[in-house]
Amino acid sequence: MSNVKETLREIIWRIRNLFVRASTKTNDFLAKHRMEFLTHWPGWLKAIFYLLPAVVLLAVFTFYPIFNSFLISFYEGYNIQRGDFDGYTFIGNYVHVLRLAGFQRAVINTAIIVFVSVPVSILISLIIAVALAAITPLKGFFQTIFFLPYVTNTIAIGLVFAYMFKGNANDLFNLGLANQIISWFGGQPIVWIGVGATFWSAMSVILIYSVWNGLAFKIIVFLAGIQGIDKQYYQAAQIDGSTKMKSFRRITVPLISPMIFYILVTSVIGTFKTYTSVVAIIGTDGLIPFGRDGMINMKTIVFYVYDYIELAAQDGMMSYASAAAILLFGIILIFTILQLEVGKRRVHY
Amino acid sequence: MEIRLENLTKVFTDKAGKETRAVDDLSITIPSGKLVGLLGPSGCGKSTTLFLIAGLLKPSGGKIFFGKDDVTKLAPEKRGIGLVFQNYALYPHMTVRQNIMFPLENLNIKRNEALALVKEMAELVDIGELLDRKPSQLSGGQQQRVAIARALVKKPRVLLLDEPLSNLDARLRLQTREEIKRIQRETGITTVFVTHDQEEAMSISDTMVVLDFGVEQQMDAPQVMYNTPNNLFVAKFLGNPPINILDGVVKNGSIMVNDDIIAGQTKVKDGPYVFGIRPEDFRVDNANGFEVDTIDVEHIGRDTLIRFLVNDVQVRALVDSDSLRDDKKIKLNVKKGKIHLFDKEGGKVVL
Repeated sequence: MSNVKETLREIIWRIRNLFVRASTKTNDFLAKHRMEFLTHWPGWLKAIFYLLPAVVLLAVFTFYPIFNSFLISFYEGYNIQRGDFDGYTFIGNYVHVLRLAGFQRAVINTAIIVFVSVPVSILISLIIAVALAAITPLKGFFQTIFFLPYVTNTIAIGLVFAYMFKGNANDLFNLGLANQIISWFGGQPIVWIGVGATFWSAMSVILIYSVWNGLAFKIIVFLAGIQGIDKQYYQAAQIDGSTKMKSFRRITVPLISPMIFYILVTSVIGTFKTYTSVVAIIGTDGLIPFGRDGMINMKTIVFYVYDYIELAAQDGMMSYASAAAILLFGIILIFTILQLEVGKRRVHY
Repeated sequence: MEIRLENLTKVFTDKAGKETRAVDDLSITIPSGKLVGLLGPSGCGKSTTLFLIAGLLKPSGGKIFFGKDDVTKLAPEKRGIGLVFQNYALYPHMTVRQNIMFPLENLNIKRNEALALVKEMAELVDIGELLDRKPSQLSGGQQQRVAIARALVKKPRVLLLDEPLSNLDARLRLQTREEIKRIQRETGITTVFVTHDQEEAMSISDTMVVLDFGVEQQMDAPQVMYNTPNNLFVAKFLGNPPINILDGVVKNGSIMVNDDIIAGQTKVKDGPYVFGIRPEDFRVDNANGFEVDTIDVEHIGRDTLIRFLVNDVQVRALVDSDSLRDDKKIKLNVKKGKIHLFDKEGGKVVL
């Protein structure tokens, strides 16, 4: 066995030598004929070539669409299939979108999801990360468990959630897990997401889902941060009579504040773009029938954008979709700038 | 506050189940108001002893007393200790003021009083003008002072220092060493100081404890320990350049290193012994000295270091440069009563 290993290393060594010899010879040859410029490129030129593949892909699939949707949001009567439009409007499409009750609802829905699920999931994942850092037995096991949601398909998890929260009081044999637990404790099964659900019951399922789904990545990041903190800080704090809770507040949190900040910014952006969870839990129309012909609207902003895109064959709809998308971009931009400003003062690097 | 360790033992067990006795049946009494240096090579259990006193480690056996109180089972925060870590462990996100004030946050005192205490401490360690800086903006020596101030601010009964000078450069170390001594004198706090540097320990401590493999080797005042080591280990550990160790015999009251060198007289029984002679205990003696087989002569200012061979063992002698006239032919003798005789088996001192 060790013999094979040795032979392999020998071969690798020889191959490396071959390359070294070849490159020295080439360089010597080029130097002799004053052709070094062929291999000696300036740094910036090399950088451009290395970046080129990524830049091309980004340009085609990201920068151009962003630019284009910006443009389309100013067209009037644009039809994506025919490619023609009636004219330009400055903020007409934006005003139209902002005035729609559906879009306002979508903004509120999205805001609720962002402002509840992001802080809650950060808090919970911090607590779990601290707990994971503290235990020694079965650490790998628990880490794996908490990381599982990250490697699982969002739609699949959403469907499982929908299944867990299904059922109602009239059909006691077909209750989801949540209702079963409620009935064990003697409670009445609740209609979470089906016909007869309320806005808040459906929203709470979405919130639970987004909190849980966001935990995995946050825990891993926080755990890495916590494990990088010198144990002596805690010993010093303990000697000075500081409680575990205080050490957490005064030492752990400030020392991993760059991670918390990074997670905060990225997950606020990510959660503003919530879409799949609503599709998986509520359904592809994002509506829950209510009463005789009422509807509870669970759509998010991205959901709304997609709704318009589906109607792109109608004149002007694509422009509304673009305006909505640009509005979302604006909202995210404002919040991110706000966070960066706060972060400058509150984050310890 | 007197600290008494009674049969203190700490056993570490690694994953393979192998046991390491870091501190082995240690019984020492650290007198109140004194600065005691715990000295030993790395891995001798000196830091473990310190952490046991601090309560950050739980002893496997034995007891720890602070005065009359048994603190063995007491949590660290209830022991009333101040600890300075080797790398200071200053909270990087807090200013110097917040760092020093941190221990006071957990006490029932007013904010004004706390601020006044911080100021007083900062003045004691001479960092009054640095209070609003972050630790990363301080030099190593300044960080060290902050760490001491933080340890002292809540007026602990005991101050524990874990190799506090090892992260400083040589000049600063000398300066800080004096500083620590001054602070200890001014506050009169019982202080335990861990170091692997014998020179540091000797210069700073009132009493030294030398440890090896978790076992106490000797506890004495530095100079006493230097002059009368208990055993070969202590003799070898103290002193720079180190003590010369030679095999030899005692015959009819004469100390004989080899057949022709008689280094001195003694009253011990005849037989083979291990001799220890400190380099500075040689003197040039052109009349009665023995001629040495010189390898090298180094003139280093006031002193001259002579390296020579005795029985194929290299020996260092440190003599007054003025007394040496001829580098080629050197005759040396040992100062009277300066030969340490050790038992050949156990290394215990005989005389």
